Amino acid sequence: MLPLSSQPLIHARRLTKRFGSFTAVDGIDFDVAPGEAFGFLGPNGAGKTSTMRMIGCVSPPTGGTLRVLGMDPVADGPRIRARLGVVPQQDTLDEELTVEENLVIYARYFDIPYREGRRRAAELLDFVQLAERAKSEVEPLSGGMKRRLTIARGLINEPNLLLLDEPTTGLDPQARHLLWDRLYRLKQRGVTLVLTTHYMDEAEQLCDRLVVMDKAKIVAEGSPRQLIERYSTREVLELRFAPGAQESLDGQLDGKLDGIAERIEPLPDRLLLYTSDGDAAIDAVHARGVEPESVLVRRSTLEDVFLRLTGRTLVD
Amino acid sequence: MKGVVRVLEYNWMTYRRTWRGTLFFTFVQPVLFLAGLGLGLGGFVDRSGTGALEGVRYVAFLAPGLLAAQAMQMASFESTYPILGSIVWRRTYHAMLATPLRVREVLAGQLGWIAFRLAVGSVAFLLVIMLFGAVQSPLAALAAPVAILTGLAFAAPIMAFSATLRTDEWFSAIFRFGITPLFLFSGTFFPIAQLPDVIEPIAYLTPLYHGVALARDLSLGRADLLAAVLHLAVLFAYFAAGVGAASITFRRRLVL
Repeated sequence: MLPLSSQPLIHARRLTKRFGSFTAVDGIDFDVAPGEAFGFLGPNGAGKTSTMRMIGCVSPPTGGTLRVLGMDPVADGPRIRARLGVVPQQDTLDEELTVEENLVIYARYFDIPYREGRRRAAELLDFVQLAERAKSEVEPLSGGMKRRLTIARGLINEPNLLLLDEPTTGLDPQARHLLWDRLYRLKQRGVTLVLTTHYMDEAEQLCDRLVVMDKAKIVAEGSPRQLIERYSTREVLELRFAPGAQESLDGQLDGKLDGIAERIEPLPDRLLLYTSDGDAAIDAVHARGVEPESVLVRRSTLEDVFLRLTGRTLVD
Repeated sequence: MKGVVRVLEYNWMTYRRTWRGTLFFTFVQPVLFLAGLGLGLGGFVDRSGTGALEGVRYVAFLAPGLLAAQAMQMASFESTYPILGSIVWRRTYHAMLATPLRVREVLAGQLGWIAFRLAVGSVAFLLVIMLFGAVQSPLAALAAPVAILTGLAFAAPIMAFSATLRTDEWFSAIFRFGITPLFLFSGTFFPIAQLPDVIEPIAYLTPLYHGVALARDLSLGRADLLAAVLHLAVLFAYFAAGVGAASITFRRRLVL
């Protein structure tokens, strides 16, 4: 028997979820270790939320094995949920109650006495920078504030595992960065984070390890760096052409750009050239007489990994 | 069953912010109905003698019926919009079920909350009736639990139905074609013997008729044990069937 600390907090083998004839999650395997920040990256409809709901013990698996905190979600749902924090994709805050009341009543669901609930609420509102809004109603809060409040609520029971389903979808860049900062601090405190996202920058920022999901299956697994090394090149050269020019050039370009890059990916509005040296590739493009409207050299991202693995972009 | 208590605590917390708005329904409405119909219309009815109502003044005949009927109305409201809201709009139930709470605790807690609201409403109504001097027997005290049971006989099946909906468009139909006709034709305002012979048997099938009849028998001190057991059995049957159905529809809707 392994010591408790090195046992995976989540253990899934051939985990499957079907709704009638539709397969939302198709036999996926993964483990999440204590203290890890683990991500599910994939486009909408890839099966991320269904997986999260199974882990959160609100959706029984149709097949396969799932263990959360060493227990069976179907038999021990309430005992597991007592030790989870959940930040759902759609806010479930109570707009009729104040910010503080939302936390205190949630604490009650975990059998935390009122006095202790109020103490934790004050501490958590401090942490998510909402202390001065404690007595205000929830309804007028901004989207970013509501998300932070939902995170505070998810932490009210001091969970072993925090589940975040698309934590920053719909937020403006400033609100996202504030949220990422708070999640990063939680990670440093040793809270295990499991999150889903369709933003590759979010996955890169927050995840120690992630799986890429597409069409109900896991198509790759590793750290962001490993995935980029395995499935992409160091740099990417993006070529943009005047509207309409790319289509008319398409056939010709294929031949003209042969050999310049390891791989060329045509997108509707630009060409991506995967290469270890972007600047050298620019010179080569010009030398062959191709004149794009603009060029950009950048580092490979998980977006490129996803494009390589699925032939599609993450956010349509 | 700690979870049931937690759901009650949640409802109490939100109710503390909205209870003032319910005062009208709880206290003012009974006064208006008893004054307008019981005394106003009743004075007119009683002038032609109380023979038609077996020697009972109209206000004493009407009051216990209204007690049961208002329980039906309150229960119907509490088991439509708030339920759909907790599933679809505010998603309160989803928030609760991410914690150790179970579906059956959420359902039982919600029914318990409706029972509490019915208890407050029924006791208040009974006090108003007493102020109008429209009670003829100490057994009238038992009309309050009968009103609560009448409300629950509506609340449970309606909750079961509400949990299957995505929008509130069915609710106005429930009130227009279900609750309002029952309110008018279940013996609250006149004995159902007045109804056309083809319709009269239908009234016996509805829970409100049994709630009204039993509350009235108690209030007038003429309750008959066998009839009382029959009335209670019908009300319990509606309630039990509703709870059974709601356990299924709640689970189907909330556990996917």
